[in-house]
Amino acid sequence: MWEYTDKVKDYFLQPKNAGEVEHPDGEAVVGSMACGDALKLTFRVGEGGKIVEAKFKTFGCASAIASASVLTEMMIGKTIEEAKTITNQDIADSLGGLPKEKMHCSVMGRQALEKAIGAYEGKPPLEQEGEIVCECFGVTDREIERAIRENGLKTIEEVTDFTKAGGGCQSCHETIADIIARVRAEARPVARPRMTNLEKIRRIEETLEREIRPSLIQDGGDIDLIDVVGNRVLVATRGACASCRASQQTLKNFVEIKLRELVMPELVVEEVVQ
Amino acid sequence: MMPIYLDNNATTRVAPEVIEAMLPFLHEHYGNPSSMHSFGGNVARHLRAARAGIAALLGAQPEEILFTSCGTESDNAAIRSALETQPDKRHIVTSRVEHPAVKALAANLKKHGYRVTEIPVDKFGRLDLDRYEASLTPDTAIVSLMWANNETGVVFPIERAAALAKAQGILFHTDAVQAVGKVPIDLSRGAVDMLSLSGHKLHAPKGIGVLYVRKGTRFAPFLIGGHQELGRRGGTENVPGIIALGKASELAAAKMSDENERVKRLRDRLERGLLEQIPNAQINGDVDSRLPNTSNISFESVEGEAILLRLNEYGICASSGSACTSGSLQPSHVLRAMGVPFTMAHGSIRFSLSVYNSDQDIDLVLEKMPSVIENLRALSPFWTTDGAACSGTYSVQ
Repeated sequence: MWEYTDKVKDYFLQPKNAGEVEHPDGEAVVGSMACGDALKLTFRVGEGGKIVEAKFKTFGCASAIASASVLTEMMIGKTIEEAKTITNQDIADSLGGLPKEKMHCSVMGRQALEKAIGAYEGKPPLEQEGEIVCECFGVTDREIERAIRENGLKTIEEVTDFTKAGGGCQSCHETIADIIARVRAEARPVARPRMTNLEKIRRIEETLEREIRPSLIQDGGDIDLIDVVGNRVLVATRGACASCRASQQTLKNFVEIKLRELVMPELVVEEVVQ
Repeated sequence: MMPIYLDNNATTRVAPEVIEAMLPFLHEHYGNPSSMHSFGGNVARHLRAARAGIAALLGAQPEEILFTSCGTESDNAAIRSALETQPDKRHIVTSRVEHPAVKALAANLKKHGYRVTEIPVDKFGRLDLDRYEASLTPDTAIVSLMWANNETGVVFPIERAAALAKAQGILFHTDAVQAVGKVPIDLSRGAVDMLSLSGHKLHAPKGIGVLYVRKGTRFAPFLIGGHQELGRRGGTENVPGIIALGKASELAAAKMSDENERVKRLRDRLERGLLEQIPNAQINGDVDSRLPNTSNISFESVEGEAILLRLNEYGICASSGSACTSGSLQPSHVLRAMGVPFTMAHGSIRFSLSVYNSDQDIDLVLEKMPSVIENLRALSPFWTTDGAACSGTYSVQ
């Protein structure tokens, strides 16, 4: 037996806003009988552009009914723009959470909301976006990608819990694994370096020249840039600095701090032993 | 609140007589039957009596009874033994509607290079005997067919199927977990080589099963260890479980026909009452060859888990073949194999009765069920007010 929260049970046993709004301003149906659950969402917009009435009809299990019912409550009183921000996680949270295998019920709610708002705004019903990946439940690669992005999914099992994709014959598991790998690779892109190596070296040289050397020279010392390896700035000390017992202090507390401040915070200054 | 328990194919209440019989073996008679003292030897004597009682229920000999931990172990032991003792044979015949204990094992063996034929069933859940006969080959190591289906109660013609296998020298195993105690079985006359049963389906506790192995059948043990069960299943005997199963078998043998008649009457009353009161409902399975206690009914345009949880509010316990209850996102493999349409499969409910049910139980279900279905249909976008369901392809995104 599923571990449902009391809220899920309440909304399932005494659903609020069941039915259909007469003459709705927006409506949508998502899901199908073959998939095992479906939701028809209808709403009416009143003065001030706020949703004044929202109703649902659900074919599905307890959590599908509860998700749809709580969604209608969340919509009422919101403007269209506000309603657009409702996510599947918001729906699940309003119910005190859903078993992970049932998260697809909250996703169905979000899909219906989006589609109904699209209808209200007069957008032509979207052509099915993307390619069908899961034939059993008619789930596209776009829907899977979106669920992965929005919910930080990592495994095929999680994708099935949220979208149903892969829950039937399982022949699409390999494709789902590829999509997960692709989306997660996007999530941590090879960041375009904020600064190229050339630029980094140029700016280190500039800083040394303008901000650091004059002070050192004043004290009878000097510093030379030897190399830059990654974020390691290799320098050699000259003159008074070379024999000064406090030169390490100078390098760390003065040179490094200046470079970090003016070039980039990751830099580490190291003295090259001559 | 005492539950209205109509889920006896899942598990049964332990009979009070059974509890009484087994308790002394938890209290004072805790000896090990293998021990060389009379304290243990006394227990061994009771084990022998229990074994004989179970053998009598099946028309078997006591030495053909091998105790296991559950039906699943019995199924695994039977099939794996057949493969191990006939290493040159690589083919297994089973059906599309088997319990996971056989179905999942067959799928696993397929990955290890065995060929598996799953015989289809028709829309009433009846085995295609022609396809079955044609599937038997010299390479077939074992046939495993269930005696009665756990979801629909449909009874397969096991004796005939076993005779067909025997004619070709093929080992025949049956998962009779749902049949034992409800269907008269006489293994002394038939051609069944191995049979699985489970104690908790016939009013004994969980944790005790039996594998019947016909005398003369080559057997390779599944659990290797001590000399127990004539070296065919290592491990100290589950003494209280065996004593309990012995008592449960004795009760079943004595009361089977009377009780089945009574249970069947209740089941038929329940079914008739539901179909009369609720439109667009259907019985799944062959009504002419069915267990007397099982009823699988589909209610169009509603979802099974929702029905179960509403029934749960009244203390009524049943099961469903819907996707949401299977945990697999797809409706029951049994209903799919029968070609039950999605509009019906998702709304299937299994009621399974026992001798402990009464007319009052049935009254309560008949009182509550119509409004449960009506209310859920009112919530369903597939249900229209004129009482006809829309097609299952009402809308796809």
